[in-house]
Amino acid sequence: MDLFEYQARDMFEKHGVPVLAGAVATTPEQARAAAEQIGPKSGGVTVVKAQVKTGGRGKAGGVKVTKSPDEAQAAAEAILGMDIKGHTVGTVMIAQGARIAEEYYFSILLDRANRTYLAMCSKEGGMEIEQLAVERPEALARIAVDPNTGIDAAKAQEIVDAAGFDEGDQAAIADVIQKLWTVYREEDATLVEVNPLVKTEDGEIVALDGKVTLDTNADFRHADHAALEDKAAADPLEAAAKEKDLNYVKLDGSVGIIGNGAGLVMSTLDVVAYAGEEFGGQKPANFLDIGGGASAEVMANGLHIILSDPQVKSVFVNVFGGITSCDAVANGIVGALDALGDEEDRPLVVRLDGNNVEEGRRILQERNHPLVTVEPTMDGAARRAAELAAGPAAS
Amino acid sequence: MAIFLNADSKVIVQGMTGSEGMKHTQRMLKSGTDIVGGVNPRKAGTTVDFEGGVSVPVYGTVKEAIEATGANVSVIFVPAQFTKAAAVEAIDAEIPLAVVITEGVAVKDTAEFYNYAKDKGTTRIVGPNCPGLITPGVSNAGIIPADISGTGRIGLVSKSGTLTYQMMYELRDFGFSSAVGIGGDPIIGTTHIDCLEAFQNDPDTDAIVMIGEIGGDAEERAAAYIKDHVTKPVVGYVAGFTAPEGKTMGHAGAIVSGSSGTAQAKKEALEAAGVKVGKTPSETADLMREIMQGSAK
Repeated sequence: MDLFEYQARDMFEKHGVPVLAGAVATTPEQARAAAEQIGPKSGGVTVVKAQVKTGGRGKAGGVKVTKSPDEAQAAAEAILGMDIKGHTVGTVMIAQGARIAEEYYFSILLDRANRTYLAMCSKEGGMEIEQLAVERPEALARIAVDPNTGIDAAKAQEIVDAAGFDEGDQAAIADVIQKLWTVYREEDATLVEVNPLVKTEDGEIVALDGKVTLDTNADFRHADHAALEDKAAADPLEAAAKEKDLNYVKLDGSVGIIGNGAGLVMSTLDVVAYAGEEFGGQKPANFLDIGGGASAEVMANGLHIILSDPQVKSVFVNVFGGITSCDAVANGIVGALDALGDEEDRPLVVRLDGNNVEEGRRILQERNHPLVTVEPTMDGAARRAAELAAGPAAS
Repeated sequence: MAIFLNADSKVIVQGMTGSEGMKHTQRMLKSGTDIVGGVNPRKAGTTVDFEGGVSVPVYGTVKEAIEATGANVSVIFVPAQFTKAAAVEAIDAEIPLAVVITEGVAVKDTAEFYNYAKDKGTTRIVGPNCPGLITPGVSNAGIIPADISGTGRIGLVSKSGTLTYQMMYELRDFGFSSAVGIGGDPIIGTTHIDCLEAFQNDPDTDAIVMIGEIGGDAEERAAAYIKDHVTKPVVGYVAGFTAPEGKTMGHAGAIVSGSSGTAQAKKEALEAAGVKVGKTPSETADLMREIMQGSAK
């Protein structure tokens, strides 16, 4: 889960990372009130920043320096509701102004290849780090961090040495780096990035803009993390699926997909997209993994979610019963269709293989539901589902 | 021979007395696995009866189980929040192979126990979030259904459980030396490369199927490894061409970030290393079928 900048800022503050005063606002009036509070700390200057989980907001006009509460209110008025790379701005942060002397970069992230963590640090912050990594890789220090020993004083020193900071700045930066490591470890983050980490004209080191990604698998250790979720941004179908503990991702196509196992479902999306090329570019409408050992109820819940998507024109149920029993899947399909009754008219293509497949196919055959077609192979079923989604005109 | 798991494998189950542990221990026993014990400190000294008249003793710790039985494989079914402790216990007891089936393990926990095992150097970790591994007809450590395919000379390594099953099913007429589900988490103990190396060195394996998916660059690195070290034929499959950027597709590690981790990049890297890559699982199976029929001639 990616956090908003203001959430990252609050998390940094909780762990002693130096940050500037900041408050959030969802209306221009709130922004004004926040500027009245915060402005005096920095000679009346505040920065109004769009809170969006994407980069490039500065270029898009989502960050404005203001010199009075009036200006802050006007800036918030302009920024709230703005569209930045497909993200609508619903919240702004009003932050204290800073007199920046230098801009640095620091991050800690997962190193999947080496199965450790990686600290990256540069004296040249502010710009897009991907760009820096390509254009001036020598300016970006990359130091492996052992998950079990972390960033202690010695490791922090190694990082600031590698990044080439002036000796006079090293101690203060190393201290902030250790605190950022505390954020990473204590909060179960998979990314902590500060860009820029600044030195102010007064010589203080401050985390000016932060990005944090949290590992939701660690939520059992963090009761407070649930509140950080941006429920407003979630797709309504994704939210409904989540409530039912279903692993669902909304996509743009017309063929609803249900399968078991993440790999098989990803593969099903691909196979449907290939098959769909022949039928006017039919594409998968979603990813839905009902998981291993799914019951009839889980299958039925999944089908309900998919059929709540008005873009769906046909559904492809693709199950390989490893642990999952094909008869449970078949019962789930039949039960869900019976519950929907005559209102449902979109066709289902079902491919079952594996555990208890004969019984599963028998159940479907016996019910002989007019909407259900059973296909013997995955590729054939994908083709049929794409064809049905395209409608009679295309076939 | 096969890889990692053979006729000498003596398997214990951590979390055997839980519902998943019970169900799968029964299945492992049914497929001929030598299950020598379970581990649960609260039920130490008891035995659990399984269908087929098998009674499996429960030990208090992995160490005790090893001392009593000579176990050399542990399959871990404990819930995610306790998985790290279970893995550390297995590593401390120096079990040669620990197979972590549990899904939803915090990546910090995996990073910590994987590196702990690596530093100690006595335990291979498979998983987490994986179906385990099977040497058909010989031993089965995990949840791969044993009745999909029998023994043969194809080696399989896959990030995905159900695609493992699908591929074993498609190629059941040839059979498998071993099939290893390495798991779909961002950090896993045994990689594609580890399995490729083992299959290359395994006299019972003639050809290898490698299944990957979006996220990270494990497939690209495997491709580089194949180019330099693998002489046996390899066919590949990559899932997730249609996955949108920035969305996790079921597996915690299955995410395209910006331009990295795409299925297209993985396919291209594999093809550049001389690996034939199928467009669908069936087409991939057909590519392997051609190789196996060719080598049989």
